[in-house]
Amino acid sequence: MISMTELSKKHVSPESAARLKKRKSAQKRLQMLGIMAITISGLALVTLLWSVFGKATGAITESYIEMTIELDADEIDRDNIRAANFSGMAKSMLKDSFPYVSGRTPRRQMYDLISVGAAFELRDMVMENPSLVGQTITFEFLASDIADLYLKHSYGQIEAAPHTGDISLVTEGKVTTIQSSAPDFAPLLVSVRAGLHAKAEGLRTQAQMQENGRVVFDQRAADGEDVEVNLAEAIRRGAARDQFYAQADELDALAAQQGAVFDLDSRTASVFVRVGDSWIKLETISETSGSGEILGEFTQDSYAAADWELMVYATPETARKVSDIQAMLLENLRDADKIVTHFNTHFFTAGDSREPELAGVWGAAVGSFWTMMVTVIFAFFIGVPAAIYLEEFAGDSRATRFVEVNINNLAAVPSIVFGLLGLSVFIGFFGMHRSSPIVGGIVLGIMTLPVIIIAARAAIKAVPPSIRDGAMALGASDLQVSMHHVLPLSMPGILTGTILGMARALGETAPLIMIGMVAFIVDIPDGPTDNATVLPVQIFRWADFPERAFEARTAAAIVVLLLFLFVMNFAAIILRKRFERRW
Amino acid sequence: MKLSHIVTASMVAALAATTAYARDEIRIVGSSTVFPFSTAVAEQFGRITDFPTPIVESTGSGGGMKLFCAGIGEEHPDITNASRRMKHKEFVLCQENGVTDIVESVVGYDGIVISNAIEGPTFEVTREQLTIALAANGPLPMMWSDIDPSLPMIAIEVLGPPPSSGTRDAFEELVLHEGCETTDLVECEGITIREDGVWVDSGENDNLIVSKLEANPNAIGIFGYSFLDQNSDVIKGLNVDGVEPTFENIADGEYTVSRSLYFYIKVAHIDIVPGIQEYAAEFVSEDAAGEDGYLGDKGLIPLPEGMFEENAAAVTGLSLMTGHEWD
Repeated sequence: MISMTELSKKHVSPESAARLKKRKSAQKRLQMLGIMAITISGLALVTLLWSVFGKATGAITESYIEMTIELDADEIDRDNIRAANFSGMAKSMLKDSFPYVSGRTPRRQMYDLISVGAAFELRDMVMENPSLVGQTITFEFLASDIADLYLKHSYGQIEAAPHTGDISLVTEGKVTTIQSSAPDFAPLLVSVRAGLHAKAEGLRTQAQMQENGRVVFDQRAADGEDVEVNLAEAIRRGAARDQFYAQADELDALAAQQGAVFDLDSRTASVFVRVGDSWIKLETISETSGSGEILGEFTQDSYAAADWELMVYATPETARKVSDIQAMLLENLRDADKIVTHFNTHFFTAGDSREPELAGVWGAAVGSFWTMMVTVIFAFFIGVPAAIYLEEFAGDSRATRFVEVNINNLAAVPSIVFGLLGLSVFIGFFGMHRSSPIVGGIVLGIMTLPVIIIAARAAIKAVPPSIRDGAMALGASDLQVSMHHVLPLSMPGILTGTILGMARALGETAPLIMIGMVAFIVDIPDGPTDNATVLPVQIFRWADFPERAFEARTAAAIVVLLLFLFVMNFAAIILRKRFERRW
Repeated sequence: MKLSHIVTASMVAALAATTAYARDEIRIVGSSTVFPFSTAVAEQFGRITDFPTPIVESTGSGGGMKLFCAGIGEEHPDITNASRRMKHKEFVLCQENGVTDIVESVVGYDGIVISNAIEGPTFEVTREQLTIALAANGPLPMMWSDIDPSLPMIAIEVLGPPPSSGTRDAFEELVLHEGCETTDLVECEGITIREDGVWVDSGENDNLIVSKLEANPNAIGIFGYSFLDQNSDVIKGLNVDGVEPTFENIADGEYTVSRSLYFYIKVAHIDIVPGIQEYAAEFVSEDAAGEDGYLGDKGLIPLPEGMFEENAAAVTGLSLMTGHEWD
């Protein structure tokens, strides 16, 4: 017997206090670790969603260019509208709208402003409504991905710079020289000069690298190894070094020169003089003057400061896909209110395309739907009876234990293996065709089967034996007990497991590579035997295309997939909460 | 049970549907490098003709050949794309499986660029230096300046395609196999890319390499020209043997690290699947692969005029491969 006093002595002893403190701090540490883990994963999730949703915003809207086009009855055969050359008509419409764009490359760049799909959309509209032939209509031409990205400022943009002088123009041949009464171009020269200095600096770095080489080879020669070769090499490096230094000095001298005329090229910022819709892209500038070719028409020889604009595109032409001509035309169109922005319907209604502005997820979403239908039919109607049999009817024999172990093993098999199975069995042996949701669905169904069996068995096991006993006592057969009592009661659990298995299957790509569902398919599938692809494959493929505009679409497709998964998981939670029974 | 009825019915329906299936769309497999061009042609072909849009799968050049040469019949593809020429043993495999009549077509060129971030160091390399830097049986230098003292003093770090990629094959052939000829440091026999972590396999996704280069200005990336073209605001190409990787330089053959892209047509399928000839004609047309064609916008480097016409004639005239192409 320990007396009360001894006990309290033990509990208030310094050792005890220390022990208590240690225990409490251990608990604190665990709590801290837990909170840290949650914070880190929370941050990771937020970063992921932030970057995906942030990028996806670029795909919410799309730009259209509103133009009037004459649907010439001579060019369109009313009985065969499909054969008419709508692309050609769109091109000549652009040519007529901007007669001052001449030369092959500028024209090509101008045609690239509207999507190749726009002419076909016009064709479809006319085919639907043949009475339009012969009329002049206003049509919204879908802008190309480059134009769209420019309009969304993805490539930076042309901006007006301050100026105070009046200008006079002198045109000689193709080149027009602008003389301003104020040093309006001086601020631009600062950046041009800085550019030259930076270039000179780059050359000096290269010269330094040559000097490094010269020193090494010189040393080697001095050390007596391959004297002649090394000496020659050292001299060569020295010459290269001097050449780089000379070039650098030249650039620096040019930059330092007062009142000098500087060349602008595609690696420097682009500078324009603009009056209304007409532009001069400057090829050379000095503090008060500039020269370049006219795009458009200048009616006067001189303009007051208020009548002209100095425009600067700070991003050099080589560093962006949109050319100066395209940017100028887009600015003209924007100022004329010809640019219309709509919700990006293509993205939600179209199938795949190589043109970002025409590409959509609808084809992949429908493909995913058919694939999932096949998967659920296959996996659910095989998995649930299997679970019922194993739980309710099969005895505890060696054979059933073997089957059980293998079902558990199957759940851990890498998904690509199921793709190989699908390839050799369904495509190779049964001769079903590649890229079809039925093959994909069955493969994914086999993959989810163990998940469903395991979930269903757990749900069936959770039904208390009293239910079974009660039903038995009233004279129900084994089958009636299972079907009328156990199965309905375990259904919420089974469905939850099924939905979670489906959610996993929805996000799979690996097994589908093998059976040809990682493919470029434009047409929207009509049924489970049509060629189709699925959402994650669409994401994977778009992420691989070089066009910048696919970045936003990839992110948007991820959002769509996430929404699907969210809805499915939400449905699983609802099922569990609503139909859950407690005993 | 009603359930079992539904199950049986749907299974039967599904099986019936697959057996009754007859193919009327062209199926194309093959190289992931040709894929962006092949799909663009397929899409345009679907738009301007009454044929269904062909299905294009990206299986890699080797995988495509295997599928293509597996036999004649609806379950086998009609066309395969390749970022290298068909090998003789693949041709033999085709012959053995009854795929005797094959038409070969060159599509154009693709440059392989060596590039780094725009704020990374500017320097030039030669194929010889690249070989010394990257060969497994070479001196295995760790710094660029170890190869040549005039190269920058930074660690060699190369992000490139994995062994499964056709770009990697082409890089080995065009750079390592050429570069080893001029140096004593590397033996040409059995030359491969080093595996000590200096070369990092960066997946088949070239966009990923571009963003990794952006994050690490000292790293060098190896990928197709179209990715340099689309990302010229963040990365720059290194001159190789003194030549800048530009559209013009690749087109006229000045830039040496470039390869031809091909596709192969299974002639026996022309009568079975509609539109194959029309598709091939679209691919080699002036509108598509010509000098100002839409494939140029996607980064394909067109063939020089003479070769272009010769190739177009061979495709439209269906001149078969003879089996003597490798002699």
